[in-house]
Amino acid sequence: MTLTLPSASPTAAPLQPQGWLRYLSFSTDHKVIGLQYLVCSFIFYLVGGALAGAIRTELLTPISDFLPRETYNEVLTLHGTVMIFLWIVPVVNGAFGNYLIPFYVGARDMAFPRLNAVAFWLIPPAGLLLISSYFIASAAQSGWTAYPPLSLTTPATGQIIWILSVLLLGGSSIFGGINFIATILKLRRPGLKLMQLPMYCWAMLGTSILVVLSTPVLAGTLVLLSFDIIAHTGFFNPALGGNAVVYQHLFWFYSHPAVYIMVLPAFGLVSEILPVHARKPLFGYTTMVYSIMGIVFLGLIVWAHHMFTSGTPPWMRLFFTIATAFIAVPTGIKFFNWLATLWGGKIALNSAMLFSCGFILNFVFGGITGVALAQVPFDIHVHDTYFVVGHFHYIVYGGTVFVIFASIYHWYPKVTGRLMNEPLGRLHVLLTFVGFNLCFAPQHWMGLNGMPRRVAEYDPQFELINQVSSVGALLMAISTLPFLVNVVLSAFRGEPAGDNPWNALTPEWLTTSPPPVENWHGEAPLVHEPYGYGVEPGALSLAATSGREIWAVGDPERKS
Amino acid sequence: MTSLSSNPDQRQGALDAHGAEHAGADHHGDYRMFGLATFLVADGMTFAGFFAAYLTFRAVNPLPSGSTYELELLLPTLNTVILLVSSFTFHRAGAALRQNDTDRCQRWLLITAALGFSFLAGQMKEYFSLPFGLTDNLFASTFYAITGFHGLHVTLGGLMILIVWWQSRNGGRVRSGDHFPLEAAELYWHFVDGIWVVLYGILYLL
Repeated sequence: MTLTLPSASPTAAPLQPQGWLRYLSFSTDHKVIGLQYLVCSFIFYLVGGALAGAIRTELLTPISDFLPRETYNEVLTLHGTVMIFLWIVPVVNGAFGNYLIPFYVGARDMAFPRLNAVAFWLIPPAGLLLISSYFIASAAQSGWTAYPPLSLTTPATGQIIWILSVLLLGGSSIFGGINFIATILKLRRPGLKLMQLPMYCWAMLGTSILVVLSTPVLAGTLVLLSFDIIAHTGFFNPALGGNAVVYQHLFWFYSHPAVYIMVLPAFGLVSEILPVHARKPLFGYTTMVYSIMGIVFLGLIVWAHHMFTSGTPPWMRLFFTIATAFIAVPTGIKFFNWLATLWGGKIALNSAMLFSCGFILNFVFGGITGVALAQVPFDIHVHDTYFVVGHFHYIVYGGTVFVIFASIYHWYPKVTGRLMNEPLGRLHVLLTFVGFNLCFAPQHWMGLNGMPRRVAEYDPQFELINQVSSVGALLMAISTLPFLVNVVLSAFRGEPAGDNPWNALTPEWLTTSPPPVENWHGEAPLVHEPYGYGVEPGALSLAATSGREIWAVGDPERKS
Repeated sequence: MTSLSSNPDQRQGALDAHGAEHAGADHHGDYRMFGLATFLVADGMTFAGFFAAYLTFRAVNPLPSGSTYELELLLPTLNTVILLVSSFTFHRAGAALRQNDTDRCQRWLLITAALGFSFLAGQMKEYFSLPFGLTDNLFASTFYAITGFHGLHVTLGGLMILIVWWQSRNGGRVRSGDHFPLEAAELYWHFVDGIWVVLYGILYLL
């Protein structure tokens, strides 16, 4: 077959030919929906960040002096819920998944474009509903886990609104998951085999399987919890003969896989970014695929490691400790694959690469504390302390959020046709990395020394270290400023990027920047070797047309 | 491979043609059924969560004295037979449609809907004859939650059948050759039927 390559546009094209109002519409274009997810979730990230700021301000002193105690509980609950359900899950799944997956499978849109739009438009109302609960009654006060009996004794209105909001977001997530599975398995361009897909497809396939299998269980559980609150049934209420531990089992059956729903797509994204900026093929593609599927399987059978202090019987402790320790194997394989990808590469130390390297560093630390937490004797010692808070944020912030920023620097030229400013980007990296580690590394020490989580008041011996942590949080807040300035200014004044500034081989780069409505002006390219960088031409089998050939043709430097 | 125009005016048509473009026109409905099946897996997991909760409650939490897990079996057994027969009649409706006998298909659809709604009527009769209410004890709450959630599925399925019946009239979508609504409703109905069989085993027989 022949390929028509669009010529590189000399000047950057506007964001979308249909005008910016498209982004406020019920658009079925996967690229529009992806950006809708990204911008909407980023606004919620700012909200969640402001809530985190309130928490760290309160914790500057050992006494409760900044917020009333109940307000502190509401802020804590909203921070967790907003960051997980309205920022991280929608961004790494909805935003990047919708933007990239149709390109990667060679399709012109997702399998179910209208369902896709519905899934996105559930998010803004659900988020506003959640935040409005703070103003109309009082927000939920039982933390993002909503454990009964605490969630049954705190004010009911806020808890019910919280449940409604999470149900809507869960529905959105399930719709998205169904769409990704159908797109990846059923909409692939003819001739494109599963084992030729870019790694992010595999990550999204695994993530979507987890979404489809585990989210409905949370939804059912929350419905039962709402019965307990409204109809005074006793499912989870020990006072009425119910069983609160069953709630914990059902909740963690979703919420442990939820950690992988947040971090597996990040694994996929970083696997796209590293090869491009190190100019080397992704190391160990096949082991990467099996690792993802291994994590999916193991991720479904480790939930009770969150419950070692809930009267869990010894056999259950043993099983869940061993299963959890096993997850370190596929995760370790991925970690060493990334290192091997970087090894000996021509590494470009731009913002995308620096954020990715920051991810690797932070994630390996969060992973090691995770293996430690899986051990029952250690877990019982630090359960419900700041050690867990530190571990969790190393995974979701040091892991996923670092990758989100790396991805924004990496794909910004594709979306806008302009490059982001590198000096500002590196300032962003530096502030985020220093701020993040300053904020969360000390929390491990606090937890080991016995400071409980979720409290507004603490033992005065922890005052100094809490202030250090709060300074780190302030740095993280400041780090958002150069990023925002960079995103806005680069959209108008950034250096024109051309179609493929990174000389990348994956299909989204083999079209114009920004891409046309149906992704390619001509046919979708067939990319057999998405990572064929820096290899001698003879070393690759170039049956039909591979992405490598297109790269050689499309590379402006080689042409001139 | 066909190539699509990038003219925005043709976009909606192009969107609808995605399946045809990628999998061949014959398989247009293929990934829609696949999407529905994936959704049913998710739906089934909700029930799995409920069943797991019920079994754990039953194993761990003793009921207050005077309460029992025993239920009257006659009516639910009759209801089980009704649902199983309705799966068969729906299958006959689908078979009739595949032979392009839409009139016969419509008759089987009506029978299926009637069976579905008589199941619901039986369920209501059982509810009113039970000696316990929603909040009486843990078993009562779980029983009503699970059977109620299943009844909601039957209600939606019954409405789907009526919609498909309406679409099979002269000039309707199904009669015009689009079999997807019927096939989707049929798959859903078999799923709801299968869930009931598991539910009957766990809640009534166990």
